[in-house]
Amino acid sequence: MTIQKLLIANRGEIAVRIIRAARELGIRTVQVHSEADADSLAVKMADEAVNIGPAQVSKSYLNVDAILQAAKETGADAVHPGYGFFSENADFADAVVAAGMCFVGPSGDTIRLMGDKVAARKAAMAADVPTVPGSDGRIDDMIAARKVVEEIGFPVMIKAAAGGGGRGIRVVASLEEFDQQAPQASAEAKAAFGDGGLYIEKMIGRARHIEVQILGDGERVVHCHDRECSLQRRRQKVWEEAPSSSLRDDVRTDLCAAAVKLARAVNYSGAGTVEFLYDDETHEFYFIEMNTRIQVEHTVTEAITGIDLVREMLRIADGQPLRMSQEDIQVRGHAIEVRINAEDPAQNFMPFPGLVANLTLPGGPGVRFDGMIYPGYAIPPYYDSLLGKLIVWDTDREAAINRLHRALGELEIEGVKTTKPLFQALANDEDVRMGRVNTRWLELWLEKNAAKLQ
Amino acid sequence: MSTKQILSPLPGIFYRKPSPDEPNYKNEGDTVAEGDVIGLVEVMKSFHEVKSDASGTLSAFLVENEGAVQAGQSLAEVDG
Repeated sequence: MTIQKLLIANRGEIAVRIIRAARELGIRTVQVHSEADADSLAVKMADEAVNIGPAQVSKSYLNVDAILQAAKETGADAVHPGYGFFSENADFADAVVAAGMCFVGPSGDTIRLMGDKVAARKAAMAADVPTVPGSDGRIDDMIAARKVVEEIGFPVMIKAAAGGGGRGIRVVASLEEFDQQAPQASAEAKAAFGDGGLYIEKMIGRARHIEVQILGDGERVVHCHDRECSLQRRRQKVWEEAPSSSLRDDVRTDLCAAAVKLARAVNYSGAGTVEFLYDDETHEFYFIEMNTRIQVEHTVTEAITGIDLVREMLRIADGQPLRMSQEDIQVRGHAIEVRINAEDPAQNFMPFPGLVANLTLPGGPGVRFDGMIYPGYAIPPYYDSLLGKLIVWDTDREAAINRLHRALGELEIEGVKTTKPLFQALANDEDVRMGRVNTRWLELWLEKNAAKLQ
Repeated sequence: MSTKQILSPLPGIFYRKPSPDEPNYKNEGDTVAEGDVIGLVEVMKSFHEVKSDASGTLSAFLVENEGAVQAGQSLAEVDG
């Protein structure tokens, strides 16, 4: 390994995850942190820690100069951006490389290409990967846009070209709504992402969210099979599985092949995820976007393949070629991850930053908890609410759901309200057990059932 | 005449405006009625309106835009 010292430009559970992978490879770790994270688990675990600014994200985790300065002072030779924050910021990737370090991820140019959701759509089309029917590129003027929208048929999604991750999306059901909302969407996108460009996609009614994990070394690409993340609240995933229980085998083969084709077309280096919508009635799938970073739910893929994805990211960043062939990657069993957030599901998921009084983590075979909490930890209110991920593996989906239920019963996080009751209820739900879900299912279920969650 | 403190209901980051390119909800010297929104507190990426529980003149903001706040911290003063 040429990388000796890795700076983790992130926080929370993913920072802990990265530290663990680095430690196993004999790489020393530097954890940069805001003042509010001085007592975080990642800071405690890392070999070194550098305070890079006050609580506000813009002054710390999104402070390029402070991060690069910390890297220089500690002699770090690589930076892992985690997910969110700078992980898909091409300028940051370029700055890390310009400072003489390895960026653990693809090149700035690849990030730039896939970060522009319109350019990514075009790259997919060029690679013969099916895309959601929609505008060819950005909608430049409202007149042309109206024509596209009328051709596609309502409802239609207006999406921010610089968006992604479920952000910057509006659904409109008529031309009147489109006329009203498109300019608003553009202004919002400009304010949030610095780019007011929009594109249009047909709204696929009953879709499932299926994604494919890929690994590339700049020359070869392999896929690590699929995940299904259809259970979402406000476009954020809460329950993810591998493999998908709804994909027909021949469709799975085509879907994974399409993901590999796209990644190869852009000479992808690192870990990435190609996301699709899947219509389980017509068995058609459509590319929506590619995420050029590690994802929260990478864990379920690790469980079914035995591959340590963060370890592979570090190896690839180190300049090593992929160690496995496609045939080497086998799927065994079924895995489920649920995101334990500091939110009160009975109070419309009101955030609940608090003091973790006592903590009991589940154990036993096939149970994993990737968290950032410990007894006595005061959860800061300035960042996202993810406390940890509970991941279970078992020989088949039904067994995995039973194991999830068992493990949730053992999980106790005292002093904080969490989304644990949501998952206990979902694990008992008939539709969930039968796999009869789609990307709108959870929101509808919550309308009926949220008040019962305690 | 009395001065009432408007307290933050939650910990997080305090914003004076609905979004970066819109004007402040209220400025110092403005008249404020009970129930008027004077700012937002962002907690774990969700936004909550802070409403005045007094009527009068908003005499001072004690926390600047994007300032970090604790639950119960004074955000502004209203002279009524």
